[in-house]
Amino acid sequence: MMIRMSLTGGLLASAMLAAVASPAFAQGSGSATLDAVKARGQLICGVAGAVPGFSLPDSQGVMRGLDADSCRNVAAAVLGDANKVKFANLTTTNRFTALQSGEVDMLSRSTTWTLGREASLGLMFAGVNYYDGTGFLVKKALGVKTAKEMDGATICVQPGTSTELAISDFYRVNKMKFTPILIQDLAEIQNAFLAGRCDAYSTDSSALATFRATQTNKDDFLLLPDIISKEPLGYVVRSGDDKWFDIVRWTYFATVTAEELGVDSKNVDEMVKSSTNPDIKRLLGTEGDMGKQLGLDPKWAYNVIKQVGNLGETWDRNITVLGVQRGINAIWTKGGLQYAPPIR
Amino acid sequence: MSATTAGTQTPARAQPDANLPGPIAWAKANLFNGIFSSIVTLAIGAFVVWALYGLVQWAFINAIWWVPDTAAGKPDPTSCRLAHGVGACWAAIHDKWRFMLFGAYPYNEQWRAGICIALFLGLFYVSADRRFWNKNLATIWIGTLVVIFGLMWGGFLGLPYVPQDQWGGLPITLILATFGLALAFPLSVLVALGRRSTKLPAVKLICVAYVELIRGVPLIALLFMANVMLPLFLPDGVNFDKLLRAQVAFIIFAAAYLAEVVRGGLAALPKGQAEAADALGLNYWQKTLSITLPQALRLVIPPLVNTFIGFFKDTSLVLTIGILDMLTASKTAMADPVWQGVSTEIYVVLAIIYALFCYTMSSYSRSVERKLDVTKNR
Amino acid sequence: MSGSIIDPRLANARAAPKRGMQLSWSDPVFRNIIWQTLIVGLIAGVIWYLAANTVRNLEVRHIATGLGFLSNTAGIPIAETLIPYDPATSTWGRAIAEGILNTLKVALVGIVLSTILGTLIGIGRLSKNWLVAKLTAVYVEVLRDLPLLLQLLFWYSLLQGLPGPRDFRGSTSIVFLTSRGLRLPLLNWEDAHSWALVVFVVGLIGTFLWNRAANKKQDATGTKPAVWPVALGLLIVLPVLVWAAMGAPWTLDVPVLKGFNMVGGGTITPEYFALLFGLVLYTASYIAEIVRSGIQAVPKGQWEAAGALGLHPFAVLRLVVLPQALRVIIPPMTSQFLNLTKNSSLAVAIGFQDVVSVSGTMLNQTGQAIEGVAIIMLTFLAFSLSISLFMNWYNARIALVER
Repeated sequence: MMIRMSLTGGLLASAMLAAVASPAFAQGSGSATLDAVKARGQLICGVAGAVPGFSLPDSQGVMRGLDADSCRNVAAAVLGDANKVKFANLTTTNRFTALQSGEVDMLSRSTTWTLGREASLGLMFAGVNYYDGTGFLVKKALGVKTAKEMDGATICVQPGTSTELAISDFYRVNKMKFTPILIQDLAEIQNAFLAGRCDAYSTDSSALATFRATQTNKDDFLLLPDIISKEPLGYVVRSGDDKWFDIVRWTYFATVTAEELGVDSKNVDEMVKSSTNPDIKRLLGTEGDMGKQLGLDPKWAYNVIKQVGNLGETWDRNITVLGVQRGINAIWTKGGLQYAPPIR
Repeated sequence: MSATTAGTQTPARAQPDANLPGPIAWAKANLFNGIFSSIVTLAIGAFVVWALYGLVQWAFINAIWWVPDTAAGKPDPTSCRLAHGVGACWAAIHDKWRFMLFGAYPYNEQWRAGICIALFLGLFYVSADRRFWNKNLATIWIGTLVVIFGLMWGGFLGLPYVPQDQWGGLPITLILATFGLALAFPLSVLVALGRRSTKLPAVKLICVAYVELIRGVPLIALLFMANVMLPLFLPDGVNFDKLLRAQVAFIIFAAAYLAEVVRGGLAALPKGQAEAADALGLNYWQKTLSITLPQALRLVIPPLVNTFIGFFKDTSLVLTIGILDMLTASKTAMADPVWQGVSTEIYVVLAIIYALFCYTMSSYSRSVERKLDVTKNR
Repeated sequence: MSGSIIDPRLANARAAPKRGMQLSWSDPVFRNIIWQTLIVGLIAGVIWYLAANTVRNLEVRHIATGLGFLSNTAGIPIAETLIPYDPATSTWGRAIAEGILNTLKVALVGIVLSTILGTLIGIGRLSKNWLVAKLTAVYVEVLRDLPLLLQLLFWYSLLQGLPGPRDFRGSTSIVFLTSRGLRLPLLNWEDAHSWALVVFVVGLIGTFLWNRAANKKQDATGTKPAVWPVALGLLIVLPVLVWAAMGAPWTLDVPVLKGFNMVGGGTITPEYFALLFGLVLYTASYIAEIVRSGIQAVPKGQWEAAGALGLHPFAVLRLVVLPQALRVIIPPMTSQFLNLTKNSSLAVAIGFQDVVSVSGTMLNQTGQAIEGVAIIMLTFLAFSLSISLFMNWYNARIALVER
């Protein structure tokens, strides 16, 4: 019994010690997350790690994609170095717990912004890096042209996603029936679709487009034109840390603003030196104290743009190369939805 | 087994001429002993021949062992696609075996993970040998496990540091199973002793509740709990990584099952042993540690090994929480569009690896069992 | 407590006149109480500490708690349902009930099938036929050496390799085995069938009673009246007559290709089939070993004595050996049934929606992790308890019959 006692006692003591020593408890900037990230010298960012165009390691093992670059943006703004990110691969089922528990500092994992998630999961959505919608991918041999023709179809979908709910709604509204095949594992559900277990594979249309693009026989597949739901995918932080929320949100706005103002990674040094536009000067920290107000370095946005690029650059680098049109994801001046409030 | 021998003896006694050596006599006694038996033999024989023929055709004769590279430097799977359903595509294994075995561990450092696998095998081998069953064994275990972790992590002697989230494949499977056993074992002994305690009813109650609760729910539920609930239990800012959480779930799970095995050993021990220890004036811990426990553990080696085989197989369940063990790594390898449709081959290779481990262990357990029987009969 | 002390040094203390517990470290009773208080206190402390953390974390993270969500609309689709379910209107409570029923559907069918297969293979291992004995031995060894999850994934991937429903265009078959599962024709159920079924059930009871009466007669007179003519009449002839008298309706609901899928008939989905098949094959390999060792535990003299009485080998097995072997077989068999039930939770990996899968989706959609895990655990604890109770009752019955 002695052994058992000292064992449990030791565990308890070390747990308490860890709690006390944890940087999250230190008083600093007023943001536990910011302090923790700075103390660690690294941002831990939750991504999917398996979706081409969003987050997928390249052959050197470097995480590439829009979601991955969103993480780098925040690392550049907070730590001044876009490479100080540790990517944590999360599944659709453990992503929220990972964020809630502090295992990751933020989530950039094609996660849809919904009221339920913000109100009852203890999450806050700081920005939308991709305006998406649920779509259907079918095999051309099926001979289907629109989703409305899919009455009685079998549909592969990942459980625990907003897609699952969207499909139910779509079929209910159109008074049609469908058979769901629900498999959690991404590779397994894609296999099931390829093997013909289901007629259609449904998820965010961005993911469908990139999935199709990576298939060797991509012309055998057809992405149906219907978009049956709104899926704004974004940066997520846990609620209760407003300062951190502001940092993540304005980092995202900075990338939008930079694209709007025509500042990119190539001309940013030029802009710092010579630009007379007060908007650009405020953005790049040569005028005003925007960074300080966020608790960051004055060159926070400069670091983001210089090291990662503006929203358009990240988009082109990750998504355009897969053959997906920008559409509503263009900035507002070009008829899209990406809009940022003024940085002033 | 004994029935088979009984089967050969009975006719031998009845008709002495069948005892003559020779394949025909043997076949008559063992395969065509009566009309019913003959029909069964022929039917099953035909089935076995047909299945073996199909297997040989698929696995060897029509198999694609190698494919050329395309201009882009990637393997060209055309010949595999053509052979689909007729012949195995071993070329896919050839292309992916390192990912299956080592997961996302940096390619140039995979020799380290390979050495770790060898160290694990050595550790098992040494532990199975009776000559090492003494105090040194604990030292050997601790030493080997330290070396294994040192190698996996690196960060010294010029070995690059490899963060834990890049580990994968067979080493993860072995780490989960071996550490699960090594850490669950002391806990299980305490629980077993607590459950047998007559003087500490409250402790007994806690032990019984723990064992029955854990044994009543599936491992998946525990992994689930470790994954989604453990973070809620801990204070803000403290957290374990995913592998450690899974390891904790495994230890809690394994300890409950091992406790029952150990308890069985303690119960099987003649009461006289404990009474003799009492008569010598030994206190409870002296009695337990030097008299009853060592004997009880020796008795339960076969069921202990069987339980370990179970854990080894159960490590594959971490698939459900996304840890890159051997099974998950192999499934990830399968997701490569180049090798689309190749799954049976990968499952077959995995099955062979798992079966090699489990078969070796279960043969060992049976041989110990036989030896124990001999000792008992003496 | 002191009654169980066996330490001989304490013999005198027990023999001494009764005295109260002394508040001294040398008093073993006192010592035990202190130890237990410490240990229980420590464990309670740890639990309290974790619970306090949880409550604080839930509060800080604004995570809703409570079981109120069970009456909210679920909105998630469920592929296989035993009770009516509509994602648009059904509640989470109902969704979880579907999950529990699906688990039951696998567990009960699996227990029955694996018992049958396991017994056959166990007996096969003892066969005098060398080929049968070796083949069953190989089966047992191979199936036990592979992780169940691997086996399930393998079977599932094999089933997915079957041709799709459209490949059967123009086929006149009435049974279809496609990548969408096995489609079978179903009988269009009418009143005549219900009545025939009622008569069959009544016949079953009648046969049972007749058999008991026959056994009594055998005990009294030594001869047993024939049972089979009565059984034939009650179980087959009478129901058929009732059915024929009501017009002998016989129409089949045959599956046909319509749109994307086969429509009509009954279906066994690949998910359910792969799960059931894998579970049954795997569990049967364990049950076979239990049956084998159970039979071997019956002394050889029993076989020989029964043989000497002139009983047919099958009769020896059924009347002499199995009743004795069952005594050894039942307890380990119970734990295999429990294992099968728990292993059915692997459904989550191949997309069959059992209670774990539905609860997992639920906790992801609503964020109520504690409630989700609690539902899973309580379900399985309840299953485990019921199976244990039933098997204990059966074991007690067997033991009585034997004496």
